[in-house]
Amino acid sequence: MTTAPVITGIGVIAPTGLGAEAHWSATLSGTRAIDTIRRFESGYYPVRVAGEARNFVATGNVPGRLIPQTDHWTHMALVATDMALADAGVDPSALPEYEMGVVTASSAGGVEFGQREIQELWSKGPRHVGAYQSIAWFYAATTGQISIRYGMRGPCGVVVAEQAGALESLAQARRVLEDGARLVVSGGTEAPFSPYGLTCQISNGLMSTQGDPALAYRPFDTGANGYVAGEGGAILIVEDAASARARGAEKVYGVIAGHAATFDPAPATGRPPALRRAVELALAEAGLAPGDVDVVFADAAGTPELDRAEAEVIAAVFGAHGVPVTAPKTMTGRLYAGGPSLDVATALLAMRDSVLPPTVGVAELVPDYEIDLVRDEPRPCRVRSALIIARGYGGFNAALVLRAPNSTATGGDR
Amino acid sequence: MKELTLDDLRSLMRLSAGEDESIDLDGDIIDTTFKDLAYDSLAVLEMASRLERDWGVIVPDEVAATLETPRAVLDYVNERAAVN
Amino acid sequence: MNRRRVALTGIGVVAPGGTGRKAFWELLTAGRTATRTISMFDAGAFRSRIAAECDFDPAVEGLSAREIRRMDRAAQFAVVSTREALADSGLDPSDLEPMRTGVTLGSAVGCTMSLEEEYVVVSDSGRGWLVDSSYGVPHLYGHLVPSSLAAEVAWASGAEGQVTLISTGCTSGLDAVGYGARLIAEGSADVVLAGATDAPISPITVACFDAIKATSPRNDDPAHASRPFDRERNGFVLGEGAAVFVLEDLERARRREAHVYCEIAGYATRGNAYHMTGLKPDGREMAEAIRVALDQARLNPDAVGYINAHGSGTKQNDRHETAAFKRSLGEHAYRTPVSSIKSMVGHSLGAIGAIEVAASALAIEHGTVPPTANLETPDPECDLDYVPHVAREQPVDVVLSVGSGFGGFQTAMVLTAPGLEVA
Repeated sequence: MTTAPVITGIGVIAPTGLGAEAHWSATLSGTRAIDTIRRFESGYYPVRVAGEARNFVATGNVPGRLIPQTDHWTHMALVATDMALADAGVDPSALPEYEMGVVTASSAGGVEFGQREIQELWSKGPRHVGAYQSIAWFYAATTGQISIRYGMRGPCGVVVAEQAGALESLAQARRVLEDGARLVVSGGTEAPFSPYGLTCQISNGLMSTQGDPALAYRPFDTGANGYVAGEGGAILIVEDAASARARGAEKVYGVIAGHAATFDPAPATGRPPALRRAVELALAEAGLAPGDVDVVFADAAGTPELDRAEAEVIAAVFGAHGVPVTAPKTMTGRLYAGGPSLDVATALLAMRDSVLPPTVGVAELVPDYEIDLVRDEPRPCRVRSALIIARGYGGFNAALVLRAPNSTATGGDR
Repeated sequence: MKELTLDDLRSLMRLSAGEDESIDLDGDIIDTTFKDLAYDSLAVLEMASRLERDWGVIVPDEVAATLETPRAVLDYVNERAAVN
Repeated sequence: MNRRRVALTGIGVVAPGGTGRKAFWELLTAGRTATRTISMFDAGAFRSRIAAECDFDPAVEGLSAREIRRMDRAAQFAVVSTREALADSGLDPSDLEPMRTGVTLGSAVGCTMSLEEEYVVVSDSGRGWLVDSSYGVPHLYGHLVPSSLAAEVAWASGAEGQVTLISTGCTSGLDAVGYGARLIAEGSADVVLAGATDAPISPITVACFDAIKATSPRNDDPAHASRPFDRERNGFVLGEGAAVFVLEDLERARRREAHVYCEIAGYATRGNAYHMTGLKPDGREMAEAIRVALDQARLNPDAVGYINAHGSGTKQNDRHETAAFKRSLGEHAYRTPVSSIKSMVGHSLGAIGAIEVAASALAIEHGTVPPTANLETPDPECDLDYVPHVAREQPVDVVLSVGSGFGGFQTAMVLTAPGLEVA
């Protein structure tokens, strides 16, 4: 039996800040990092606000050679990986090459890079498409570049399940450890903002067209009117607990104790949606009863129908107002493949500091949502275990249970 | 058509492949091989493609492989430009 | 951990040269090639103007007008393959417990074709950086996010368990089948629809391979352009298609007396951590993946009876791979038939790994090794038995199928005849 996988390093690139600590302090202070899009002239679009990671610059942080051959999304992942490895105190060159893997999630790939090249093609002709289009646009670019940069020759993978994919990357990291690896670079980032990228997102009909950043993204509120997108994410270093101990890892943020993924049936079948089942399976795998869970990080879709479905599942599993629920993504927007990995990072920091980060912007909770939403102010709370919920467009559901490293529960070993 | 200078080539190289922190493109690079400048096959292809787009000089596949230094590129492009 | 054995009980294929597993197998065993001048768009201005295209009419294949409107070509391929695989498996929809049924679908470039078509509309053929979002069609977001492909397969099969898209470039197909097999082996699912799809024959994909000279420019002789292991090979030929399988717990398959094509007995993937497109000639990391996959299957290298090669037909790949076979199998590599079906159906990026699993399963089923077409004069550095031109009838109990892709992914899978008992 392998020992439970632990998370030993966190790297964050987010609208709320660069680095885990900057992100964490902005999050605790309730600082909303949603604003009018500046990456391109957005006044013309029905959706105009987003969570941009404006402090992030590739120059000086990403190796010069990699900048022109990779998209913004990969730039952010490379810097986040640097941060996460440094945080974990890992020197990849000192570890066996085949025992380090890379599994990231992507949702839309190299959106901005791809638009630039496709514009060259259609406005000037095929000879104007550059040599790097073939390696920058596709969804596997980030995993490949991380593997090369750090000499990680173990199992490498890329999963796509829209917002649910980041949790899946952690589940897959766990499998890679079970197969004998000692360390996996996991999580994901997303950079969905180019004019065409935004146009594609607008077509899903779920985004907020509210132009006031303070009012645009209000999940569970009576005025909920859609979601706001964001860029960035988190890279997490996942290790076999025994290997981490053996190399003298100084920090263990938490244990991946349970995971489950389900898919909603097509509406025409009349069958019930499958989110509740994902939550129950993840808890069962972690060996936890609902009462053992100290906080739920909600998916917080921001549309009335999806919010209601999630609120009902939480109330059904945990009882009315039975567990604190929070959605710090109200400060960043939804980061697609980067979102749930950022939620995992935030939950681990909440565990470390025994405080729950707030949800911002919810003025009037829908009265019959029976959830205890942590609003506006952080709430002191010992966190022994946390549940992270993620839903991906089209019916993807995922749930991940984290356990504090010093917790006495044994879930997670399998 | 105007002549391609080493400085033009430097800026084209920066656009094509960025700048490796350990290599000074502003230094004396004219006879340094692209390999020693840490240019991989994709970077050389990207540079050839930019020469074609921005300078109108088509570099055939078999020729591209023989242009190993900035001097070779300048000579090739400027000879062709002189004929045009 | 006690791992369950995984059976492959249904096959669905959409490939160049014919839709359905029967047409596919006939093409392969006849050694026919399906490459031609690109007809899907005017490729006159491109360096490589040839591809292996599918003659695929979604309406003839049973998709409704609504489905056709909603789905990218890659999704259409995947759904048609899924329906064929389910029918082939003999599973009645009522036999499937939705929550215990999963989907692991691979795709390298997702819905690129639709993304490009719609880009042209909203940008008025690339006029400027800003585009007009008011022209965006309702399904555009599904095209941006390729998990929509896995969602279509889930709807087509009624799966409500884990549903995931795997996108590891050109090894996506093998990786998706490996992932699906793992879900069954570990007990997370009892049945998984696993496979891959890609429909990349669109201007942007053709242009991006033009830019790095990866595709064959043998435009005057399309039928002979894809020539893996041949001295005159000069790049791969782009293809398209899909293959989807029904994978299930072997015990479950036996209980319902299903026809079992083969077992997925071993799978491993490694990164070469070398270069996004370049390969070291020594084949070291692919050899490691092969070693681990055989180990998982508890087989010695000598047990391998057929190698279904990646065989893309680029200069570096075919040498890299040949070296990997020698490194992992030793002398046995020289005694083992090796072939590349890309010589006939082209290289459909993420889909081809699954299409090659279909060929491997059918090789076991029919006791026939498909040939490598167009192999006239082998490259002196490629000195194995590549089964030139003509299919070979011989019993096949163990197939090794490998893939290699941009990003450095090196994947190996071992398929074994049903019931093959090993120590």
